[in-house]
Parts: sequence; C-alpha cells; structure tokens
Amino acid sequence: MEVFEADIAVVGAGGAGLRAAIAAAETDPALKIALISKVYPMRSHTVAAEGGSAGVVQAHDSLDHHFNDTVGGGDWLCEQDVVEYFVAQCTEEMVQLEHWGCPWSRKPDGHINVRAFGGMKIERTWFAADKTGFHMLHTLFQTSIKYPSIQRFDEFFCVDLVVEDGRVQGVVVIETATGQFTLIKAKSVIIATGGAGRVFRENTNGGIVTGDGMAMAYRHGVPLRDMEFVQYHPTCMPGTGLLFTEACRGEGGLLLNKDGYRYLQDYGLGPAEDKPRNKAMELGPRDRLSQAFWYEQQKGRTIEGPHGSVVHLDLRHLGEAYLRERLPQIYELAEEFLGVDPAKTPIPVRPAVHYTMGGILVDGNCAAPLAGLYAAGECSSVGIHGANRLGSNSLAELCVFGKVAGIEAAKYAKSVAPGNTASLLKQAADAQKQAEQLVIRSDGTERIATLRKEMAQTMEDGCGIYRLGDSMQATCNKIDELKQRFKNVNVEDKSSVWNTDWLLAIELGYQLDVAQAMAYSAINRKESRGAHQRLDGFEARDDINFLKHSQAHYAGDGMPRIDYGEVKITKSQPGTRAYGAAGEKAEQERKQASHV
Amino acid sequence: MVLPARRQNRKESRPAMSEIEKTIPIEVLRYRPEQDTEPVLQTFQVPFTDDMSVLQGLQYIKDYLDGSLSFRWSCRMAICGSCGMMVNGIPSLSCKTFLSDYYPAGLRIEALAHFPIERDLVIVMDDFIEKLESIKPYIIPKTPRALSEGEYLQTPAERDVYEQFSSCINCMLCYAACPQYGLNSKFVGPGIMALLHRYNMDSRDGGAEQRMELVHSEDGVFNCTAVGYCSEVCPKHVDPGNAVNINKTESAKDYFLRFVMPKGSNSGAAK
Repeated sequence: MEVFEADIAVVGAGGAGLRAAIAAAETDPALKIALISKVYPMRSHTVAAEGGSAGVVQAHDSLDHHFNDTVGGGDWLCEQDVVEYFVAQCTEEMVQLEHWGCPWSRKPDGHINVRAFGGMKIERTWFAADKTGFHMLHTLFQTSIKYPSIQRFDEFFCVDLVVEDGRVQGVVVIETATGQFTLIKAKSVIIATGGAGRVFRENTNGGIVTGDGMAMAYRHGVPLRDMEFVQYHPTCMPGTGLLFTEACRGEGGLLLNKDGYRYLQDYGLGPAEDKPRNKAMELGPRDRLSQAFWYEQQKGRTIEGPHGSVVHLDLRHLGEAYLRERLPQIYELAEEFLGVDPAKTPIPVRPAVHYTMGGILVDGNCAAPLAGLYAAGECSSVGIHGANRLGSNSLAELCVFGKVAGIEAAKYAKSVAPGNTASLLKQAADAQKQAEQLVIRSDGTERIATLRKEMAQTMEDGCGIYRLGDSMQATCNKIDELKQRFKNVNVEDKSSVWNTDWLLAIELGYQLDVAQAMAYSAINRKESRGAHQRLDGFEARDDINFLKHSQAHYAGDGMPRIDYGEVKITKSQPGTRAYGAAGEKAEQERKQASHV
Repeated sequence: MVLPARRQNRKESRPAMSEIEKTIPIEVLRYRPEQDTEPVLQTFQVPFTDDMSVLQGLQYIKDYLDGSLSFRWSCRMAICGSCGMMVNGIPSLSCKTFLSDYYPAGLRIEALAHFPIERDLVIVMDDFIEKLESIKPYIIPKTPRALSEGEYLQTPAERDVYEQFSSCINCMLCYAACPQYGLNSKFVGPGIMALLHRYNMDSRDGGAEQRMELVHSEDGVFNCTAVGYCSEVCPKHVDPGNAVNINKTESAKDYFLRFVMPKGSNSGAAK
C-alpha cells in the first residue's frame, strides 16, 4: 500500500474542511496538509446552501441578541460558552471571506447587505443573492489554491481512521479512479464530512451527504451527540425535496394553506401582519414551521399533489424584478423543475429533512475525546445548534469552527511525534481487506438500493416531524434488521476503476450506523424539545430529566448505548420558547425578571 | 481486484409497474476499461414519470437494472456541477434535463465530449482543474486591508461587473461545446477564461497584469473562433464566450499599447 506522510489530514473539502485547511496552512506553512475529499471540493454540499450566513453588523444589533436567538432557537440545548465564542467570531469570518473575494450582495453605499432570517431578532444574514453557499465554497476552494502546503486528494474515498497508542494517526483512502488504497499518515485528523440527511427519504441533501465521517469516528468509540435532532426545512420541493431557501420568507414570502390562509397564525406565531416581522409568522424557526405544516395536514387544510400534501409559498407580491435580483436561483428552480413562474403562481412546498443538528462530540476547540481527532461543520456537535438550528448559523459555523479546528489540529500535530509506519500499515491493510471483502464476495443477495430505500423510509416513518414511541421502536428494530441484512449485501460491480457500486455499499454501511444512532437517541429522549417532538405522553419539554445532551456510543452489532452529558449554561437560564406576539411578551418578562 | 461481473435477479425490488405508466429507452455509452476495448452503447428501458430528470433515469438504471453503471452526481439542483454529460449530442446537466422531453423516441447519453473517458459517463477532468489552478483564481489585493478595517467597499454596480462570471459551477459543458478545445486541449477554454475575467474585473483585485500573461499566450483567447456555442450551453448564464471576447479586445489593446504606441507611428491603422 502506498503511504503519504502528512502532518494533518482533513477529511472532507466543503466549507469547513477548506476553512480548516487554510487555517492550518496559515498557522504554520511548514506543516504538510492532506485535504481529502470523495468529490472535487467545489461539488461539496456547502454548494447548495442558499440563503446566507450570520454575522452581527447593524448598529441596533448586538452579540447578545445573536446569542439569545441561537440559544432560544436551540431550545436551550446549546453549549452557551461555545455559542458566545461563535457569535463573537462570525462577523470577522464573514469579512475574511469578503477579503478573499466572496461576492456578497451590497447596499448602494458599497457596504455588505444583510437580510432577515427565521428566528433571528435583527437582520444579520449576509448573502450573495440566493447562492451564498455556492459562492462561499468556490471562494474558499479557489483561495485554498494559494497555499502550497495543502495537498489535495480529490476523489479519494475515506474508509477508516487509523488509531494507535490511543490517538488517531491517519486515514485509509481509496482512489476512486483506480480502486487503489493509500495510507495517509497524519499526526492529527480533522473530520469535515458534512451531515447525514440522506438517511431520510425526502431530503434537501446531495447524494454525497451520507454521514461518512460521523460513522468513522463513532466506530472508533467517539460518541455521536444529540443525534435525535434532525431538522425538517419547511419549504422544499415535493418529490425531490430540493430546497427553497428560507430567504424566500426573509424577503417577504408568505405561507398559505389550501384556503389561501396564513395558517402559521394558528400555531403561536402570529399575529399575521402585512409586513414581515422578525421572529414571527413566516420568520419563525424551522422546527415550528414544519410542525405547523404537519398539523395543517392532519386538519385536511393542505393541498394534495402528486408527491404528497403541500402548502403554498407565495412570492407573487415581490414582483419579478425583485425576485430575479434577490432569489434568482429559486426563480429558476421553480420554473425549470416545477413549471411554475413564482412571480405569477405560488410555489407548492412541503417539509423535507435538511440538517443534522447532532454529530461527532467535540469541545469548543473542536477536539473529540479521541486524541488528535478534530471535527468541524455539520458532521460535528460543537454545541451551538442545540435542539434546532437557526438558518444562516451553519454557514457561519463552518467558517468559525473550521478555522478553530485547523489551528488546534496544527498545534496538536506539532506536539506529537510521527507514528510507526509499519504498525499503522498493518491496520490499514485490515481496513483494506474489510472494504475489499464487499466486492470479492460472490454470495451477496441484498440489493444496495433496496436496503437504502427501506432505511430511508423507516427513518421518515419513525423519526419524522412528530414521533411516537411505537413507531420509533419499529424504526429501531428495522434499522437493526437492515444492519444484519447489510452483511449480505451484493456489490454487482467487481471492477476497480470508478466502482461507484462499491462506494455506495460502503456509504450505506456508514448511513446505517448513523441512522441507528439517531433512532436510539430519539426513542430514549422522553420529552419534546426543538426538532424532537413526541405525541405519546411526552409532549412537554422536561428540563429536569432531559436538559442534557444525548451521547450515542457504538456497540458493533448490538444497539448503541445511550448516555447523557451536561449542558453548559452560562447566562441564559432555560425559559419559555415562544415566537410572534407571545415571544415578545416572554422576552419582556425575562427582561423584567433579570432587572429585579 | 478485477472479477467477472455477475448478474442477479433484479426484478424483486423494483417499484410496482402499475404506478408507472410509461417507459423510455435510454441508450448509454458504456466504457469499462477493464473489460471494454472501446466504448459501446447499451440500451435500458426505464419507467418514468413526467417530472423525472435524466439523472433520475440514470439512478433508476443503477438502482434496479445495472449497478455497474458509473456517473458523477450530487446536488440534483444544478449547482454542484457534477452531472454534465452529452444528451443526444448536446452538453447538458442531467439533473435539469427531463426525460419527458425525449418521449417516446428515447435519448442517448454519452460522456462529455472533448475529455478522455475514465469510465462510462465519468470523464478525466485533470486538465480543467490544472487550468483552474494556473490562473491565480483568488484575490490578489490591490490595496491590502486588515480584517479589523472591515470589508472593502464595493457598490452594486461594481459587483455587477464581475458577478455573472463568478457564477460558473465548473460543469465543463462549455468545454464539451467548444470546437477549438476539441481540436487543441491546450486552449485555456471558455469556463476558465470566465473565471480569470471574474477576478480581473473585481474592484478588490490588482492581479490582472499577472493573469493577462496567460490571455496573451498562444493558448490564450486567440484560439477562440467566436462560435458562441459555449454560452449557449451554459446552464448558469455565465456567458463565457463574452468573457473570452472581452479579453480578446483587452489583449489586443494591451498589445497595441505595449508594442505599437511606443514606436509613435501608424496608430491610426490599428483598428
């Protein structure tokens, strides 16, 4: 097997991975950085983020406001010290991207512009039309080319971490083009592989979003934290799940039921007013809006379409010219994929899985409990999203914590000696053998697509917008069964060059482990909080028993062990999470209470 | 690790045919370097609904008919740039090309033209990436600025000058459309010229002079014969042909100023 000697290996080259690689390169140009991605960096799913990225800029805004929005939005399951650091760093990171060329949308005076976003009290979402993730990703990728110490491994698929002497010492990768294995030795490893939304049936995610890094860390004993919190984005394309950004509502879009009624006012988000009001109605948080859709559907007030029930996202009053300027991609998606002109006709939308709030357990330095291992971005749980992420916090997160991970991993890499190549190679050979076994065997009977579809369906059935003990148990059982059947998976393609059938099988293995962590974390949380909502006697938030992070521990063939970690509360005691007029009232009461 | 392909009964797990009314023939150019001496066409009958993309048709083939078919894809919404291929000879993103437009005759899908085929619909894109890396595709600050000084000011009008060219998703359809790139792959080509132009036109950037060396070079803009097909196939309205042509003018002006003007004669003749 070939060996590549790096100081730092970064797995994943989306926003977080690229930001981490750049930070590490700037920390010490002498460090050799291997940047590994199963796709070319600009294909990474950061590319599909649309609406924008948070950073306080307006005079009447404050870091405290951003902090409170984030912690309340996360239903107080956030690490408050980490959130405090996060909100303090966001704006500088946005300015950094600006200096690197990101084409932020501007005000007439040349300063960057910001727009309103769900759950945010003041407008603080930086945007580049409705292609913010695309522009951030291309800016970071193109900027990364400046740094000679970053050596990219484009279209290299990571199959395992190599752990020895209690610390991670490298990764094993397959070159997609040849099927050849390489051991990339590294003194520290940063995982930045994104989320796992593809374990659900209807989702906004690209095909590559399969939880690879989460599963790899998990299999090596690193807990996955808060995995039951999976975000349904309320406005997605029926059938495909493709995203219509929250910026549609930030710019003034309305949500209507079959009677043309702004139904959100019936769910504690009102009153309905002509002008958009922050943290109310259509600018409420995603969990609440998806939950309101679910109730409308139960009441028969949604519209039946070929791909299930829908409501209407109405942008007509914004006019074609404004829509073309602010939401050009949305305009085209509606036209090309649905045959709808959004200036003339409302867009049919329904909720779809969008984001995994949980992930690899890391501290505020992005360090996992396994020495030398760091994680940043959606794959990680650094603790800022809690039970529900606010839109525009994830793009900011991958910059802020990508940078932290890069700096910390560089520090660590300089503090340790390189590992013993011979013994690392032995481990790598085992990983190779295990991966190749999937192809070499000829007695497999289970079809990859069948297992994948059954997994995605059962996750939707049991871990959807609202959850029941029985259906979650059925999902746990089903995932256990699928893990057994996966042992019998059939990889049809037996070749070496661009064998995507093989890689899909490995990804499916990752997905099943992540799905299992989600389902078991969900059934064990006997309360309702943020994106985890139960209807079987646990409808209320239970701070006494569950103001805790869940931690799923891998147990091989068995069910994951779930235990709980403390939540760091610094300056915001858990309170009533309310929006609209009720939210303003609750905020007044909090203020008065704190002045007493 | 090359083993013979093995077929299995694929019928059991397909969606019920009663839910799907129509099928369409999809002809796919296959090339498996370990077993094919040259690319061969293979036809699949694919059940479809009117809202299904060509990409979804390929996914159906991979999931239920032949797991060995290889192609790149990810976002499904025309922004990641992975799924470029030839559809009936036209460079297209398969995620936003729809099967119903080819019914009932069917369609032929091939790897992007002008690139070596790695396998099936996967092309070797090293050349494109090397070109991208070669043009200094990052801000070379005109006036360095500390983060503490905040953002550079840039008016909407200044942003509009380059924004269109920054929208390239690197899908390479324009390269598959470019007859000159087909003849001479040393030509820098439309997409990368658009990217180069994007940075040159950015009010924050001062690196144009360094990048113009490439524009003037024999692999630069003058290879372009102004066919304009690149801009026609661009799925993101980047209009790379326009970027190439603006740079022809720029390059000519530059040439004129550098070599003709100093001699102080004949300036009226150069038009």
